[in-house]
Amino acid sequence: MSASTLVSPSGTGVELRGRRLSKWAPLGIAVLALVLAAVVVYGTGIGGWVLVVVLGAVFYLAALYLVARNVEGQRAANNRTWSALIHSAFVLAVLPLSSVVWTLVSKGVARLDGDFFGTSMNNIGARDANGGAYHAIIGTLEQVGIATLITVPLGVAGAIYIVEYGRGRFANTIRFFVDVMTGIPSIVAGLFILAFWVLIVSPHFSADGRPGYSGFAAALALSVLMLPTIVRSTEEMLRLVPAPLREGSYALGIPKWKTILKIVLPTALPGIVTGIMLAVARAAGETAPVLLVAGGTAAINFNPFENNQSSLSLFVYGQATEAGRYSPDRAWTAALTLVALVLVLTIAAKLLARRSQISR
Amino acid sequence: MGETPPRSADAGTGGSGVTTSHDRPAGASAQSAEYSATPSHRAPDGGGLGGGGALPRRRAFGAEQLFRVLTLAAGTMVLVIIVAIAIFLVSKAVPALQANHENFFTFKNWAPNEGEPRFGIAALAFGTVLSAVIALLLAVPVALGIALYLSHYAHRRIANTLGFLIDLLAAVPSVVFGLWGRDVFSGPVTDLSVWLNKYFSWIPLFGGEGPFGRAILLGALVLAIMVLPIVTSLSREVFMQTPTANEEAALALGATKWEMIRTSVLPYGRPGVVAAVMLGLGRALGETIALAMTLGATFAISFNLIQSGGNSIAANIANGFSESNDIGRGALIASGLVLFTITLVVNMTARVILNRRREFTEGAA
Repeated sequence: MSASTLVSPSGTGVELRGRRLSKWAPLGIAVLALVLAAVVVYGTGIGGWVLVVVLGAVFYLAALYLVARNVEGQRAANNRTWSALIHSAFVLAVLPLSSVVWTLVSKGVARLDGDFFGTSMNNIGARDANGGAYHAIIGTLEQVGIATLITVPLGVAGAIYIVEYGRGRFANTIRFFVDVMTGIPSIVAGLFILAFWVLIVSPHFSADGRPGYSGFAAALALSVLMLPTIVRSTEEMLRLVPAPLREGSYALGIPKWKTILKIVLPTALPGIVTGIMLAVARAAGETAPVLLVAGGTAAINFNPFENNQSSLSLFVYGQATEAGRYSPDRAWTAALTLVALVLVLTIAAKLLARRSQISR
Repeated sequence: MGETPPRSADAGTGGSGVTTSHDRPAGASAQSAEYSATPSHRAPDGGGLGGGGALPRRRAFGAEQLFRVLTLAAGTMVLVIIVAIAIFLVSKAVPALQANHENFFTFKNWAPNEGEPRFGIAALAFGTVLSAVIALLLAVPVALGIALYLSHYAHRRIANTLGFLIDLLAAVPSVVFGLWGRDVFSGPVTDLSVWLNKYFSWIPLFGGEGPFGRAILLGALVLAIMVLPIVTSLSREVFMQTPTANEEAALALGATKWEMIRTSVLPYGRPGVVAAVMLGLGRALGETIALAMTLGATFAISFNLIQSGGNSIAANIANGFSESNDIGRGALIASGLVLFTITLVVNMTARVILNRRREFTEGAA
């Protein structure tokens, strides 16, 4: 339409730029496509406004392609269509994800009161409106805390081995399986601890010699899930520590282990903490392992080594599958609490990562 | 020991300049005084530098050796755990499998708690694979679209914010997605199922007489929404690593934006995308709670997506665990072993692909 031209000596115009669609053409096509879709859908009575939007989008893509091909040519038409597809993919994904966030907040505030955080579900029947997640919050904090205590030394030491000491095929094998282990389903970790700890080891500790569920078993299962994440992130951070720092330390005659503890680890510390916090956030949200090895309970149990314990995610699952009038509210509020906990950890971790001196 | 592999430095997926400085073992150029673990082929120059007896003798039980053994033990833990998972699952599964009155791999029903236990993995494995595959078919095109949008279309500031938000969504626990799928999303999906059934019941996928709702379609959609952030953030990272030179070369030759993406970004990112999809598949296969809350928990092999029903290995474990006796528990552990094997194969394939790509990109850099 608005093609700049160059007047050649012979007087005829030579186009320097190809013809372009006007800026408003896509908008016009969109309106036309929507109107056409509305006519088709309501005319034949095959659906509601959702179908109008879907069909309108299809019409829009087709019409845009055809119009652009006629005006601008094949390549530009492809370009426009793919660009529209990529943008619509984005819109398509934002819809459900924002719905998740919106329902979480709007339904979650219903029971967001002191009662919820101060009481357990002990002696709460199906017709009681009160009851809370105190016991579940205790459970989550204890289980995740113990899991962190177990996993952090193990994971950091493992990463140190891979980066500083490990050479050759054995270290590569470990690295490979750390990667593979990150993909182990949480339910399998739960079954492993069930078979190993609950069924085989725990009878030796309990008074009556019967297998017992416990929060500690859940912590073990969470450690299995956290270990590869922590090893992996620590490994990456250790590799980013500049070699001259190590070499300077060696040159002063400092033994290798002291160099690692006093020079390498402090330098990589912010990044390592970030990785740990991300792993903790992921572990706090796991339901399946806790369901299998901690058993869940309605009462408060401060002792992670004996008797059933609950956790926030298990509480959500339990309340959601319970057929009570008030349980959905409790489930949503617990879900909101859980997401808030996880997001605070995640955001703090990411902010910490930004402040770290060595970064990718 | 001797063969320091050429890619011992491949820490991140991108071959940045930082990592290349670790081609040699960290600090290999400066042997420390107490460095007792000198590999044999390096011993001569270590001795030469030290000037004969100037160095303290290396001790067999010094702090260095202790620390080294400790870290070695921690590193080995990973291998130990993986092997232990296999051993303990097998040890608990075998008694149940021996008590089974049907063929474990072909029988469809799951009734291990009866006097004569009969259970089989066929329907469960089928449901697991079907829901995961549909979820990926739905999620991957959208995820790649978002990844391209964030890496090449959106304004940089917007892209960074949205990328951050997507990383946050990847951290949302699956039980929340399950709750949402069950309480909120099942409404629209039921409407969609009824509509599909009304107009497309001639396609076997959408046949059936109802009831509709808690079916494979709902489970797969929730799964798709869950794996979307993971696949997106992984492939976005890969797309952003495309060498600028390649992109600019394509543009300089007169390529449109899409042609540039098709000729330089996509080929460069393909192995990474494949790996991201495989990792998403691993996630989807192992997902437990979201599916336990959205599937109808029946035992049948059917391609019907909208009729209530469907089940998966992991969801069946979560649903059936509380009312299991010893044999029932063993049966669930046996099904978990199958799931473990499937995800292990998927993950190992993904990692092998990723590692190959790493060699490729680092060799090119």
